[in-house]
Amino acid sequence: MRKVFAAQLLAEFKQNQRLMLLAGDLGYGVLEDIVKQCPRQYLNVGVAEQNMMGIATGLALEGYSVFVYSIANFPILRCLEQVRNDVCYHGANVKIVSIGGGFSYGGLGFSHHATEDLAIMRAMPYMTVVAPGDRFETAQATAVLARHVGPAYLRLDKLDKSLPDSAAAGDTGFSLGKARVLRPGKDVTLMASGGIVFEALKAAELLAQEGVDCRVLSMHTVSPLDVDAVTKAARETRALVTVEEHTVTGGLGSAVAETCLEAAVLPHKFYRLGLRTGFATAVGSQEYLRKQYGMAAIHIQDTVKRLLG
Amino acid sequence: MSTAALAKQIRIGALRMTSRGGASHIASILSIADIVAVLYGQTLRVDPAQPRWPARDRFIISKGHAGAAVYVALAERGFFPASLLDTYFKDGSVLSGHFSHKEVPGSEFSTGSLGHGLPVGCGMAYAAKLQSGSQRVFVLLSDGECDEGSNWEAALFAPHHRLDNLVAIVDFNKFQSLDAVEKTLNLEPLADKWRSFGWAVKEVDGHDHAALQQTLGALPFEKEKPSCLIAHTLKGKGVSFMEQNPITWHYRTAKGEEFEAALKEMERA
Repeated sequence: MRKVFAAQLLAEFKQNQRLMLLAGDLGYGVLEDIVKQCPRQYLNVGVAEQNMMGIATGLALEGYSVFVYSIANFPILRCLEQVRNDVCYHGANVKIVSIGGGFSYGGLGFSHHATEDLAIMRAMPYMTVVAPGDRFETAQATAVLARHVGPAYLRLDKLDKSLPDSAAAGDTGFSLGKARVLRPGKDVTLMASGGIVFEALKAAELLAQEGVDCRVLSMHTVSPLDVDAVTKAARETRALVTVEEHTVTGGLGSAVAETCLEAAVLPHKFYRLGLRTGFATAVGSQEYLRKQYGMAAIHIQDTVKRLLG
Repeated sequence: MSTAALAKQIRIGALRMTSRGGASHIASILSIADIVAVLYGQTLRVDPAQPRWPARDRFIISKGHAGAAVYVALAERGFFPASLLDTYFKDGSVLSGHFSHKEVPGSEFSTGSLGHGLPVGCGMAYAAKLQSGSQRVFVLLSDGECDEGSNWEAALFAPHHRLDNLVAIVDFNKFQSLDAVEKTLNLEPLADKWRSFGWAVKEVDGHDHAALQQTLGALPFEKEKPSCLIAHTLKGKGVSFMEQNPITWHYRTAKGEEFEAALKEMERA
């Protein structure tokens, strides 16, 4: 999805000279076209994330809208106080882009697993948090954030796939803060953020074969959450299962639970599928780690069957 | 108003504010009173009638704990009524103990956690270069703050990009929060460090107005290099018993007899 992001950003750059991209010495094979075609709008600040976030803020306060690009936790956790004090407190127009959401860089080890980012960024004041599930959502999110005023976090998966056409399911396309209905269903609702939505779709197909009709929602915007889609799902279906390549603490699942409780619309059954072991210490690909840590389609299928009893 | 008169106002104003509000850091404030007075009294191109004037010089107080000095300077320059200073550090005020920009005309950037100002200053200076703007960016740091690695990330960046519109002023009063700098985490040779990173460095007596005016009146120190001014200062400057116990007065609030004694020294100066 990073190439889709870069291509869309390039298109935006050509229309708006006040857009900038800061890279933390990463982006090999991804950012070259931007560097070549819009050199004045690009800056590699070196391996210095605290400085990068400060510079982004300084530029933003001078009228630029600044995308900051790095991988995994580097542009958020390494410089979290700069994100909070500099970017958020000043409402600066900084869009933090992390490629390598969840286990995208699985085999590289725990340092490159972004599995607390949604929770942490969701807690940042004024922060919009977006985790697109496919190429389309990535391009749309990039275009929207290029026009968005205020801080935002864009979590990109390494995968490069397109979701099936969902217009027939009633999906009206991409709108920030609005869930996409990828598949209609009346028994159970599966909600997923990021590329792991493909596992949810696969699980829905497996369950359909067993006579369970699953609604699948792409919750590409984790904050602000689509309250209507969540409460509707809690009312209309018998179970809610959230799926995220992320710790179960504080991310999508928590956001959905908070939303339901405060709206006094209690789901009949509810479960958060995600990382429950703290760190993922096994070594392996994204696909392998999803299986190892209970987030693959088969686990979603098992969870739904258990909930429905 | 002369810069000396402004410095006196800053000292007296900050003493009153911290005393009434029950706030700390008076010694850190007194340390920069003369620097801030020269900046706002002479160096900075700012206009109280248009606080967001695009071509204004930007000033960031990165040692946000001494922000009271800047609040007084802004009020004295007419950015907001001096009566607002009486609310400092009190319930419902917009003037927080550490420097905040929210609803404070003339302030650029909120600080309080150390090591944030210089990177943001780099971004502002880089933006000015992109826009061929004439404005300059000044960042005032404390010496203890130089322990923060983020400053040295920025110290690498600014010379690499030839940001000669950026000025870092280090308030080198030789004391940090708990002890002397050289006993805590030695910074010396401090000027050589900045120089070796690629900055044009000058050293000055941070309480000598003529020297400060002259040095800050000739910027940049070298073309195509960011400027670093190391200001040698006394923590607690202007109050003898604070100069003698700078660590105590990093924390203590002057009340009662101590307040009166400090005020008397300031008014006599």
